[in-house]
Amino acid sequence: MFNFFAFGFFVRIWVSVQQKVSVEVLDHLEHLALVDFRDAEGVERLQKAIEFADQLHEVNTDGVEPMDSVLEDRCLYLREDDVTEGNCAKELLENAREKVEEYFVAPPGNIPLPKLGERETFLQGS
Amino acid sequence: MSEFCSCYECENCNYFLDDMEKLYPVNLAPWVPVVGLEVHAQISSNSKLFSGSQVQFAAPPNSLVSFFDASLPGTLPVLNRRCVEAAVMTGLALNCSINKKSLFDRKHYFYADLPAGYQITQQRVPIAVNGSLSYSLCIDNKMSQMVTKTVRIKQIQLEQDSGKSLHDDTRSQTLVDLNRAGVGLMEVVMEPDMCCGEEAAAAVRELQLILQTLGSSQAVMAEGQLRVDANVSVHHPGEPYGVRTELKNINSLRFLAKAVDYEIQRQIEELENGGMILNETRAFDSKLGFMPEPNLPPLILYDAKSLPANMNHQQVINIDWIHERLPDLPSVKREKLVEQYGILPEHSFTLMNEDGLAEFFENVVKQTQMKPKRVIGWILKDLLGYLKEHSLTVKESPVSSYLLADLLNLLEKEEISSTAAKQVLAELWKGEGKTPLEIVKEQKLQLLQDQKELEQICQAVIDRQENEVMAIKAGNRKVLNKLIGLVQRETQGRSSPVLVKQLLEKKLSE
Repeated sequence: MFNFFAFGFFVRIWVSVQQKVSVEVLDHLEHLALVDFRDAEGVERLQKAIEFADQLHEVNTDGVEPMDSVLEDRCLYLREDDVTEGNCAKELLENAREKVEEYFVAPPGNIPLPKLGERETFLQGS
Repeated sequence: MSEFCSCYECENCNYFLDDMEKLYPVNLAPWVPVVGLEVHAQISSNSKLFSGSQVQFAAPPNSLVSFFDASLPGTLPVLNRRCVEAAVMTGLALNCSINKKSLFDRKHYFYADLPAGYQITQQRVPIAVNGSLSYSLCIDNKMSQMVTKTVRIKQIQLEQDSGKSLHDDTRSQTLVDLNRAGVGLMEVVMEPDMCCGEEAAAAVRELQLILQTLGSSQAVMAEGQLRVDANVSVHHPGEPYGVRTELKNINSLRFLAKAVDYEIQRQIEELENGGMILNETRAFDSKLGFMPEPNLPPLILYDAKSLPANMNHQQVINIDWIHERLPDLPSVKREKLVEQYGILPEHSFTLMNEDGLAEFFENVVKQTQMKPKRVIGWILKDLLGYLKEHSLTVKESPVSSYLLADLLNLLEKEEISSTAAKQVLAELWKGEGKTPLEIVKEQKLQLLQDQKELEQICQAVIDRQENEVMAIKAGNRKVLNKLIGLVQRETQGRSSPVLVKQLLEKKLSE
């Protein structure tokens, strides 16, 4: 399930409150996140997600440090440098659909999305 | 030596300008190359940064992988104390400010060897910032003049290493080994203060020596424990910096220097032909894809003043405690060698540059009466020369410090000549287990101890070489060397040239 809220959070940096999301930004996002916005509805949903996230601006945060985590007052536990795990290749590989001699198998290296003019995408017409 | 170096700004590079104009007829306009580095050093630890699986080179695939490393659901990161200490040590050694509070982030990108889809790193507030690294360069190839340069350290951050991908193009698949996934890395970011391949390589070499001295990383480039990404651009003096390109995952010093210089040259040519520099990794570089790591609270470090009273010692890292226990860094060691033994800075530099050589030198000095200033010649020329010729490390030397000291003692006591000593050394290289004294006896290399016999030979030579004697008496002192040579030949190299010269001079003045 693709989490549009979290995705919208990422896009905050590039999109200001008033503007619509530009084609360049969408193209960049499609490359990075390997998401296909499919159609106007997809783009609209993204726009709405960003607007939803923008509600955060209604809170006055002057002089307040941003919080990353509710754990911020907890002590970060430090582990001793001992070897306590591993040696379970068989178990780990049980989950793999394909394997070659104890290696996981993946498709060949990252195939980048073709550039905007060269691929079939809804964005082209925009 | 930097064949392509074309920068006008550093004294080192200026020296090669004339040589270069001979090599390259194209007139190189005043371009200023700018080189920055990102160095990833694998932390020397038993277990990984956030899990308890072992850190080891060349193990069966996926045998050093825990559930967390494989990113199975429900697993959480647990920070390894040793990795934090290694980063603090390194930060202190590089004159950084240690951030008493640093944060962890997730950097998202898709790749087969990154099972979680993100790397835990420290992008916002890393563990150490604003340091410096000083390194030395020789102005010329003869190692007679050294300059000290400094590069600023922007930051040091803790982060996870990724697994390894083996690309199988024939079957159109990638094989993934996660043994390396999650191993602790220190990323050392150097500002673009360097100007050519030679400087980049020298800076990395010094960093390597520091890391090895600290023990925070073994920093062996060939095993991927030290990897360098270089950022290169060129611009005209006074103008803004040019577009930079990134050279990634360089794993040898020699290749680093060559690749950087080649890229500088390529950019200059491209720009002079009216082209543009394209940066393909820029999109990858973007600030998107970062978020705070929600599973890790801030990392808090203490010093003597802020040390909490009631906390478990094992949970507390005291920066001052670590600072007090830092070993002598290479630069300090170099100065001590110069001070203690009266050798030149260049000598000290070479001693520290070869793994184990400084120790070898000190061991020889301890076991011989010969002055260190004289010993150093034997170490740097004879010993090191031989090792280099046969691609051996100091550890692999068939001649131990004990044997060499033995030999130098014979020379110091004037029981053999310098030439004879070289002969004995040549024999010792064979590693047949003979002692220097045994070889001297075998090959009859002892200096003639009988002064009378030597005087007789000198006299005989003087009597024979009438022309030369006349020339000397007429004022041509250089001819004396010929007589000395003749005496040496008569004695089969078993006479001390100094003594022979004295005797000859005495006789000629009678």
